[in-house]
Amino acid sequence: MTQLHDAAPAPATGTPLLEARNLTKHFPLHGHRSSGGRSRARRAGRGRADRGGAVVHAVENVSLALGAGQITAVVGESGSGKSTLARLLCRLLAPTSGQLIVEGRPVRSGRRGGRSYARLVQMVLQDPFSSLNPVHDVRYHLARPLQVHGMLEPGASMDEAVTGLLERVSLTPADQFLRKYPHELSGGQRQRVAIARALAVRPRVLLADEPVSMLDVSIRLGILNLLDDLRERERLAILYITHDIASARYLADTIVVMYAGQVVESGPAQAVTDQPEHPYTRLLLGAAPDPDRGGPPVPGELGDRGRGAPPSLVTPPPGCRFHPRCPHAMSVCAETVPPGFDVAAGHRSACWLHARDLTAAQAAPVTRHDSAPAPGEETG
Amino acid sequence: MSTYQPGQPLLEVRGLCVDYGAGPDAVHAVVDADLVLHRGEVLGLAGESGSGKSTLAYAITRLLRAPGMITGGSVGYHPKPGTTVDLLAASEGTLRVLRWSQISVVMQSAMNALNPVLSIGAQLTDVLQAHRPDLGQAERRARAGELLAMVGITADRLGSYPHELSGGMRQRVMIAMALALEPQVVIMDEPTTALDVVTQREILEELMELRERLGFAVLFITHDLSLLVEIADSIAVMYAGRLVERADADALFRAPRHPYSLGLLSSFPGLHGPRRRLTGIPGSPPDLRQLPAGCVFHPRCSYAMDRCRTDTPALQRLDVKGDERAVACWLQDGSAAPPPELAVPAPHEPPPPAPGAPPAPAPDLARSQP
Repeated sequence: MTQLHDAAPAPATGTPLLEARNLTKHFPLHGHRSSGGRSRARRAGRGRADRGGAVVHAVENVSLALGAGQITAVVGESGSGKSTLARLLCRLLAPTSGQLIVEGRPVRSGRRGGRSYARLVQMVLQDPFSSLNPVHDVRYHLARPLQVHGMLEPGASMDEAVTGLLERVSLTPADQFLRKYPHELSGGQRQRVAIARALAVRPRVLLADEPVSMLDVSIRLGILNLLDDLRERERLAILYITHDIASARYLADTIVVMYAGQVVESGPAQAVTDQPEHPYTRLLLGAAPDPDRGGPPVPGELGDRGRGAPPSLVTPPPGCRFHPRCPHAMSVCAETVPPGFDVAAGHRSACWLHARDLTAAQAAPVTRHDSAPAPGEETG
Repeated sequence: MSTYQPGQPLLEVRGLCVDYGAGPDAVHAVVDADLVLHRGEVLGLAGESGSGKSTLAYAITRLLRAPGMITGGSVGYHPKPGTTVDLLAASEGTLRVLRWSQISVVMQSAMNALNPVLSIGAQLTDVLQAHRPDLGQAERRARAGELLAMVGITADRLGSYPHELSGGMRQRVMIAMALALEPQVVIMDEPTTALDVVTQREILEELMELRERLGFAVLFITHDLSLLVEIADSIAVMYAGRLVERADADALFRAPRHPYSLGLLSSFPGLHGPRRRLTGIPGSPPDLRQLPAGCVFHPRCSYAMDRCRTDTPALQRLDVKGDERAVACWLQDGSAAPPPELAVPAPHEPPPPAPGAPPAPAPDLARSQP
């Protein structure tokens, strides 16, 4: 269900609920490389990437589609742009370019229509310890969106509506939780309240930004299974953002792997994790803790897969952003951004290794400038 | 996990109890902990937040701050076979000598553990200046460079300040500092939790390499049991301040004996095989101020019996010869056969996995090369 880079037409399975086409977000960098003093830089920095000021290339040309009853996982390291993508999708941020499409209709840019959009797309944040207001009880948190959006049906009581919400996230018996304050709840219960709050306006798309990474290991699965139930029961389209590729494999139908603001691979969850095609996906899978691997980490095991760190997003490397770390880098990788190559049904990998018609010069090993030397410096 | 041969005990923790506060309101953060760290061993301490794993580490090093109080037990440190230093009775002077040079600690957040207004070179040489007065300034500087090189950072970074380094590099500096005086024991409290998986992997690889070379023992504290299974020789699992199971890493992974260990292990979705729904552990960890009676795990345990609600099981050595296995569970007391999933035969002498033929073959990197 997910398309990379090129805005291919929606697949035959029906119009996706929410589609992003070629989303790009650049954040202007205040005062950077500017000779005109602080105040001028600040004025120039207001959303104007074209004034010669440096920008952070946070998200670059990302397209994806969220379908009803589907869970799409976005996997990436910190700084890969996955949270920025979520903020673009729920219009907390305006994209530098690109388009959001809701059920086939483009969303107009600007501040208008924010509330009706919010009724469709809701977000759950990472940290339930700070996303709930400590001075308000659970009932307040859940009643607020119902009031603001006028979701309460005439004649229905607020308590009943709130109780219903708590039951949808399996916080039962609900009346025990109504009057509790966030500090009286455990992390898992708090995250359930945050999910219930997002569900209050009956959205059709739920964006979950690292919903379990702040929670204890033994209760993470409970939240993941709840998301799975919601997908099943309420046909929600869910975007699950995570750095943990194993949990993405567990939960999602589709996995989208991001690196340095770009989508490098996407496809059915099991295909991406079982037959990873992009060298970065392989690096990520090779680095994930895996008790079945049998044996302690072998020194240098990662060495040939791409040591080092993600590049600066202010001056990202030309071509494929992974090429400075990539063990297979060719000269074409340092020049041209690879398009998404279809490697199997619905499985795309943005890597020049899949190109069939490269010239010998293009396929020659890349000449490395070593602008960012890897620790250890034994690039093999 | 298979390369390790049990050595002499280096650190022996017996019946250690730690309370926060005093009197009837005291919270029992660690109850009756028994642990042995052998020479050159990586001992993993797994548990969720609030399980007392960090408290235990701080108690061992006597770094606990009030209101934390050690209320019982003993910690014996054996710098050489036959000699024992009682760390709980040791004077501040003795501890001053032992800390860092014999037992060092890597704190969880390198962000906060490094001084932001000093260059890392200054912080590294400061350690040497305090503990190795015989070294001159140039020697200290050279040794600091050596230490950085050891963790994969070039020596020209000595003049850098913490904010100029990435999170992974800062954590490497912390490890270099902990190893500066070649200690015998390194206690690592969630050393890689805040890092990205690739960086985490790199640092763990380096750590394992350094351990091979320098032969120190590691007490590795983390909530990530799947990580411990890979790097640790043996694992102790803590729940609500109690050690509930202790075993070889492989035995714990293949054949857990405590329902909590089993639940934790099945809380990590795997990277291979068919996808199936996992259940994890129902409920959430208990409040240490209001612990349930009997076994602390019984409200979340699907095997709980009447006895579990009233009697607290002690950590019992299982009757397996030559095995350090111990578990605190009534199911394993021998009165009845435990459920089959908690009685999987432990792997005795697991055959070394043939190189290149792991159970699920790793994707071949060369496969998609045109």
